Amino acid sequence: MTYILEGSTGPWEIVVGLEVHCQIIAHSKLFSGASAQFGSEANNNVSLVDAAMPGMLPVINAECVRQAVKTGLGLKAKINHESVFSRKNYFYADLPQGYQISQFDKPIVGEGTIILDMPDGSTKAVGIERLHLEQDAGKSMHDQDPKYSHIDLNRSGVALMEIVSMPDIRSPEEAGAYLTKMRAIVRYLGTCDGNMNEGSMRCDANVSVRRAGAEFGTRCEIKNVNSIRFVMQAIEIEAMRQIEVIEGGGEIIQETRLFDPKLGETRSMRSKEMAHDYRYFPDPDLLPLVFDEAFVSEIEKTLPELPDEKKARFMREYGLSAYDAGVLVAEQEKAVFYERVAKGRDGKMAANWVITNLFGALNKLGVDVSESPVTAENLGKLIGLIGDDTISGRIAKDVFEIMIETGKDPEAIVEEKGLKQITDTGAIETAIDEVIAANPDKVEEIREGKDRMLGWFVGQVMKSTGGKANPAMVNKMLRDKILG
Amino acid sequence: MTDLTNLTLADARDGLAKGDYTSVELTEAHIASMAAQRKLNAYITETPEQALEMAKASDTKRAKGEAGKMEGLPIAIKDLFCTENVQTTAASHILEGFIPQYESTVTANLFGNGAVMLGKTNLDEFAMGSSNMTSYYGNVINPWKGKDGKDLVPGGSSGGSAAAVAGRMALAATGTDTGGSIRQPAAYCGIVGLKPTYGRCSRWGVVAFASSLDQAGPMTRTVRDAAIMLGAMAGHDAKDSTSAPMAVPDFEAALSGDIRGMKIGIPKEYRVDGMPDEIARLWDDGVAMLRDAGADVVDITLPHTKYALPTYYIVAPAEASSNLARYDGVRFGQRVMEDGDSLDDMYMKTRAAGFGKEVQRRIMIGTYVLSAGYYDAYYNKALKVRRRIYEDFANAFGTVDAVLTPTAPSAAFAVGENSDDPVKMYLNDVFTVPASLAGLPGLSVPTGLSDNGLPLGLQLIGKPFDEETVIRIGGVLETAAGFDAKPAGLEG
Repeated sequence: MTYILEGSTGPWEIVVGLEVHCQIIAHSKLFSGASAQFGSEANNNVSLVDAAMPGMLPVINAECVRQAVKTGLGLKAKINHESVFSRKNYFYADLPQGYQISQFDKPIVGEGTIILDMPDGSTKAVGIERLHLEQDAGKSMHDQDPKYSHIDLNRSGVALMEIVSMPDIRSPEEAGAYLTKMRAIVRYLGTCDGNMNEGSMRCDANVSVRRAGAEFGTRCEIKNVNSIRFVMQAIEIEAMRQIEVIEGGGEIIQETRLFDPKLGETRSMRSKEMAHDYRYFPDPDLLPLVFDEAFVSEIEKTLPELPDEKKARFMREYGLSAYDAGVLVAEQEKAVFYERVAKGRDGKMAANWVITNLFGALNKLGVDVSESPVTAENLGKLIGLIGDDTISGRIAKDVFEIMIETGKDPEAIVEEKGLKQITDTGAIETAIDEVIAANPDKVEEIREGKDRMLGWFVGQVMKSTGGKANPAMVNKMLRDKILG
Repeated sequence: MTDLTNLTLADARDGLAKGDYTSVELTEAHIASMAAQRKLNAYITETPEQALEMAKASDTKRAKGEAGKMEGLPIAIKDLFCTENVQTTAASHILEGFIPQYESTVTANLFGNGAVMLGKTNLDEFAMGSSNMTSYYGNVINPWKGKDGKDLVPGGSSGGSAAAVAGRMALAATGTDTGGSIRQPAAYCGIVGLKPTYGRCSRWGVVAFASSLDQAGPMTRTVRDAAIMLGAMAGHDAKDSTSAPMAVPDFEAALSGDIRGMKIGIPKEYRVDGMPDEIARLWDDGVAMLRDAGADVVDITLPHTKYALPTYYIVAPAEASSNLARYDGVRFGQRVMEDGDSLDDMYMKTRAAGFGKEVQRRIMIGTYVLSAGYYDAYYNKALKVRRRIYEDFANAFGTVDAVLTPTAPSAAFAVGENSDDPVKMYLNDVFTVPASLAGLPGLSVPTGLSDNGLPLGLQLIGKPFDEETVIRIGGVLETAAGFDAKPAGLEG
């Protein structure tokens, strides 16, 4: 489905590339032994290297390298056995070295692909240009003192992976799907916790507009947007701004812009003329980063089943639709939960229960699947009770309500409340006979051809049995008795 | 200037071992010498109390039979090495008052081996210079005097260390060499200076000038002393990614005195236009000494030599411009700002006041050669030429064991001379820079006097991690030259 923005002079297409910064899950920083823990007291996780004291030197942390390679493998990307760390030079108070150690022309990971799962169940491939390792900066706090800024260097030197996409994204929805998928992959891999609100995953969006099929337009970079929803909003708002500028006879200037979600606008941060000249050059304190295939294959062995593979397997093994499978694999915990529910049962029914009933209920409660009051075992049991005709689907919904409230075992609930389905023909026959005897006129109507009145009788019988009669049996027996 | 300050490191080591004197006595003698010669300005910071404490502790250690390789030997430390709880300035105003809470690996190795620190020696600011004239703490005066009696520079950047060792204000000193900063001042002050192979000594805790070139080494009065001290400084350090994971050999054992059959190359490109006769003569004399000792001296070519100096003056400032970015007034050292100043104002005022002219010049050159649009023409090209220079040496070392050249194109010059012409000043490094760019070990040995009565040195360049060969040949050269002249006032 093509996403088009209508301008006053006709339709426009948008072109987006995303740069995602993922904070690597590791015990210590990229080039120092200081803890990379989030949320410590200011300036508590700072080594001499992180504070860039005179004569201090960086030493690469192998754990961070393994995490980057693992992420590269998860993105089906080319792993570069030799990469080079470069210095990106600029002055800022929270950048103690006066440069960030990053990778420039020789990143650790090259081209790869990420498959987007769109809400309509379709998929789209977006190219990954590269993944490189770099240091995070510290944090400046401008609201602690009327005259001075305060600096917290806990984050200074923490390892980041910057993952750069190709300009393959064509709508805010695709950008959202890209980030959702990226987050799922790094979480599956355990290489980044993906928490955008804590800043451990951050996104810059490069946005331009063009007429369908035309050359790429001039792009603007929107910096540091901190939620998927805001990224989607920012892209749309920035694209609309660019269209207005162009249609008003203006020109887009390549620049860095900030998104203000409160005002719903992007603002110029610095223009190309004011842009830093980063003077990248290979860091002479570090040797090129070199590893062999054995290093990569050791890491490959630790890869979990990733969302795409899991989705394909769910479709194949459980007969799920692409959409349902996509929803279930979006988070590893959800997929694991689903498989525990579905084990040895009807996979499709399990998917319906998990997606529609459970996720619906969890959503209302505002809790995650990991905090679900209904365990996978109990939800599986409930589906088992439907499958072996112990209860009807309708009763099952009532039982589920109780499970959500109490977290109880469904078998116990059914037992306690006497909800077992009536499959005894004698009992059902008695109920049918009573309803027939009370409504001779309606029986007559059916016999005269008003078939749909049969449904009314089914309803009456169910009502008189407290919903416990097996609906299929009721239906068949009514038909036999009235029309037989 | 007692007998105790005239000892070599080796003799002092042996004398301490025999109990002829204590470390405290040795140290006291040097402290007195330092006080008597303060006008030479060799030290930025003297640490006599600490020295005596270390000496006492060392004597106690020795009494327990736990003597290290340099047990009890009082030495000077170039003020580029961070020393725990002792001010470390890099001879810059911007680091004035900076007291590190850590000890550099090299000084930690030396102190771990028993050495006693007398103080921190003067240098060119951030090791950028060949005369010691760029120090914020005043220039150093060479203990040597020419016939006209003028004050002379000690060379640089390790000029304070060279002056301290030549002037008997320390038995030995650490230096660092980026483009000749150990070898050139050693030659100017008539002592031995050894720049080891890049990666032999850890750079951790040494204030960085140009990371791909900086290397610490010993400055001593004899080749044997250099061998002893290098053994106590060197070694792999996991904290420095460019430190070589190699065992440290017994360098002193390399001094066999036998160089028969060794091949020594004489690079024709070093015979530069306008080379003073006295330098050419010194070089020829050196060739004759090595031949007499049974070495095979052959002509070689190092074709890219003439590009070494321009290459160096691109690579070193480029790295320096980035390495010195951390001196920003935010976390340590000087900060200059007024109320209401922005962050950029603070940077500009701090760095303008904190850095001297030569440092500022090199930061600007380095920033320029790395900037967009110039990177390929300057920095990238310099890296390519650097590779060629390395290959020149690698080719030569296919046939020769070492290379012999003069250390510097002249003897020490007068204080104030060359100061207005940076390019002329940079030419002092013409013979030392190629080995720096190639990362090779270089040893300067004093072998003669100039017409003006000033010391001159010859340089031996060796294969990577083959300091042993340059030490062996250097020892032979030293013996043959019999250089026993001493600076004015120390002749007795």
